[in-house]
Amino acid sequence: MEIPYNVQPRPDTGLYNSKLGIWLFLASEVMLFGGLFSAYILLRVGAEPGYWPHGWLDVRFGTLNTILLALSAITTLLAWVACKVGEFGKFKFFHACTIVLALTFLGVKMYEYHDKWIHYEIKLADGTFADGHMESAVYVDKSGKELESHSYRGNGFTEVTDGVTNSYQLASVTIDGRIVKDETLLYDLRSQKNIPRDPVTITADKITSMENYGPWHNTFLAIYFTLTGLHALHILGGTFVIGYMWGPGSKMWKTNREQFTNRIEVSGLFWHFVDLVWIFLFPVLYLT
Amino acid sequence: MEAKVQQFPPYRQPDAPHGHDAHDDHGDHAAHEHAHHEPNFWQKYIFSSDHKIIGIQYGFTALCFMLFGFFLMILMRWQIAHPGMTVPFFGHILEKVLGSGVAPHGAISPDLYNSFGAMHGTIMVFLGIVPLAFAAFGNYVVPLMIGAPDMAFPRVNMASYQAYFLGGLVMFVSFFIPGGAAQAGWTSYSPLATSIPTHGQLFWIIGMVLLITSSLLGAVNFIVTIIQLRAPGMTWMRLPFFVWAQFVTAFILLLAFPPLEAASVMQLMDNAAHTSFFLPTGLAVGGQLAHISGGGSPLLWQHLFWFLGHPEVYVLILPAMGIVCEILANNTRKPIWGYKSLVYASLAVGFLSFIVWAHHMYMTGMGTKISTFFQATTMIISIPSVIILTCFFMSLWGGSIRFNTPMLFTLAFLPMFGIGGLTGLPLGFNVSDVHLHDTYYIIAHFHYVVAPGTIFALFAGVYYWYPKMTGRRMNEFWGRVHFWCSLTFMNLVFMPMFAQGMAGMLRRMSDGGANYSAAVNSRAGAEVIGGLSNNMMSLHVWILWAAIGLGIAQIPFIVNIFWSMFRGEKVGDNPWDATTLEWQTPTPPPHGNFTQEMHVYRGPYDYSAPGHATDFTPQNQPEGPLAPKITVHAH
Ligand code: HEM
Ligand SMILES: [Cu+2]
Repeated sequence: MEIPYNVQPRPDTGLYNSKLGIWLFLASEVMLFGGLFSAYILLRVGAEPGYWPHGWLDVRFGTLNTILLALSAITTLLAWVACKVGEFGKFKFFHACTIVLALTFLGVKMYEYHDKWIHYEIKLADGTFADGHMESAVYVDKSGKELESHSYRGNGFTEVTDGVTNSYQLASVTIDGRIVKDETLLYDLRSQKNIPRDPVTITADKITSMENYGPWHNTFLAIYFTLTGLHALHILGGTFVIGYMWGPGSKMWKTNREQFTNRIEVSGLFWHFVDLVWIFLFPVLYLT
Repeated sequence: MEAKVQQFPPYRQPDAPHGHDAHDDHGDHAAHEHAHHEPNFWQKYIFSSDHKIIGIQYGFTALCFMLFGFFLMILMRWQIAHPGMTVPFFGHILEKVLGSGVAPHGAISPDLYNSFGAMHGTIMVFLGIVPLAFAAFGNYVVPLMIGAPDMAFPRVNMASYQAYFLGGLVMFVSFFIPGGAAQAGWTSYSPLATSIPTHGQLFWIIGMVLLITSSLLGAVNFIVTIIQLRAPGMTWMRLPFFVWAQFVTAFILLLAFPPLEAASVMQLMDNAAHTSFFLPTGLAVGGQLAHISGGGSPLLWQHLFWFLGHPEVYVLILPAMGIVCEILANNTRKPIWGYKSLVYASLAVGFLSFIVWAHHMYMTGMGTKISTFFQATTMIISIPSVIILTCFFMSLWGGSIRFNTPMLFTLAFLPMFGIGGLTGLPLGFNVSDVHLHDTYYIIAHFHYVVAPGTIFALFAGVYYWYPKMTGRRMNEFWGRVHFWCSLTFMNLVFMPMFAQGMAGMLRRMSDGGANYSAAVNSRAGAEVIGGLSNNMMSLHVWILWAAIGLGIAQIPFIVNIFWSMFRGEKVGDNPWDATTLEWQTPTPPPHGNFTQEMHVYRGPYDYSAPGHATDFTPQNQPEGPLAPKITVHAH
């Protein structure tokens, strides 16, 4: 049994099945990201005055990633054109570029996530706020032995070495950042010039609470991680599909060239959509 | 297309040269690229990509879930009628399985009541009706009706069933985890949904994400199938209305579900990653300030939920209307009245359903301007709904009606849906909704639309298409018993709820308002009744027995389904003398559906065309006069 119009377009609609399918799927994706963007708007409008962050994200990385995706859009298009004109070698080359660009994008994104992950805001007992990247944390065990850790491991932890259980308590943390009296200064970074970054060491008894810049920190980070995370998942999925068709899937070139070209077109449409989402994400998150 | 016109017989010719076998799986191996093996049981029934098998899988699973959801409701009704008392027979099982913490002495604790309530709604809507109405009937019937060999993407189709099954499994398993299933209602309002100390809430969201994925895959598949795979000559205005209804439904699913998916992802983050999308600053849980960043908006969840939630109710009703239309035309033996109005009205309903959602939120304080807007759109959407219903009623006029079981259910659908729809109007006006919101009036309203409405249509569909699936008719006598008992008990269950609701009884109270009424009534003194009167409270007991009666009334149906598979009256390919294409193919249809290429020459409901030998002319029959113009009706 053969499904009609699987490869050839249907005369009256001018579409083959999977092309129509991907357009419909993308329509639903528009609604998905539309839902998240409207959440962004509502949260931002409803934020407490002075507490919506400005300038928390590094525009340089955002720009770099925008360029990477723009280039990948071009190589995707060229890969499809190469299929159309029957040049398999060129197709291989261009989609290899697409994959490299996509993976670089994800690498940059990971770096940015990591940067937020090690960024802490610490409420101090005297009512001021320390804020900066974690340099090191010092822990002591019961005997007073010190242990320096590069990452913050909570207020205390236990560790088993050579069958002996040691429990460690936080003694102090050192961050690369600054101390401010007014918390809103931490939120509007754009209006401040030359924000000082110095090593600051804080002993445990001065810490009221501390938290890194994860999605739980505030609603901006929540929506930032959710939107970009979902987008990154789309990039990952797209890379996977394109990678498959570049590798094992490309055998189809020999058996059914037309259908293979269709697949490249359809996955390309998906890829362009994912790029387009980024074109919205970038200004909304990085520039405003 | 027209160049190939030749005379096709409406029925299979047993001895045609390339009849049945040319398209059969195990025929002619050379014609296929790869050799076929005789598929084993697993390939044929469990991991099949044949739309007919998938349709039956959907139908069977959905019916099981509906039965399960119904059973939860019976337990809840017992608890409401006899608060805190041991549930007969099942109570001890509950206590054994779920623990005496949630089912002490076999009674239903408030927490368990909340779980059952939330899961009843979720199961009925997302695991019962939508899969049955949209996925099961849609899968089985739509490709046959449009003359297609299968769905456009058979393997995607299989994946969507599997996602649905997995989602159902996750929901089902959540009953047995510590803390139990979700308790925050089928609407899962935040911050309640995030504050309840059970992982059931997490399971609920994960289950929802799977179900949404399944629906999205299904929706894409249906739309592509209907646009691309229509047989030659099957123009848009020759599509049976059922196909139109599924088409609109698929678009609603495609565009309304993703925002809920977005919202589910955010609620998942709230639950699992401790974000505050829907949690306001200063939220206190159990008298304790919650340890959250705050700054979120509970209203945001409600907007996103109802942006799906309202269109979803049309997902529940449109396929039912499609079924009703087919059966109505077939059993009145005349063209449907106002076919074009039906099509345009359903398109209008589909479009408008996206801009009425906030009528579920009048009481949230979103402001009078916004309320007014949504009140206006709600009134406007009732116009196309009424057009559809009017067309159906008008179609009865002058017909020579056959009162078989599918038709009885169809006929009952009309006034029942009418009651449901009309009682929606007072809810749509925000002045009257202030009084009625969150009362049993709402429960009655939407159950009239979905229970004696949609579910009756689904019953009708089962009785109507059963002969196509099995080659046998379901038993008429027990069908009638099923119908009359269901109709009676259904009304006995839901009609009293209108009264209770108007008297002020709120929904979601695990004791049915007993404590509240007792407290308020004694304070007010013997003369004045502040809470619910004893009359109102005693209705709970009546409703319980009616619900049990309704359950018993389903036994003939269930037995009938299995009994008729082996003992039912054997019928031919077209037992109802119907015009649409699914009846113009062998029963049950082979893999690939048709034994010859289908060409369509006429509209879907050419019944009683004057001058024609039979009182029906199949859509693929080229010769013979066309029926009178469908806009004309008999006097
Ligand atoms: C044109 C007719 C209809 C109108 C004007 C209407 C209006 C409304 C309104 C205003 C509410 C919200 C009441 C409140 O929460 O205070 C409501 C609730 C509801 N309606 Fe309708 N409705 C109509 C048809 C339908 C249909 C066709 C269905 C389903 C097949 C349906 C299913 C529901 C459900 C499930 C709820 C309850 C949601 C909940 O709170 O759990 N309605 N209706
Ligand atoms: Cu609604």
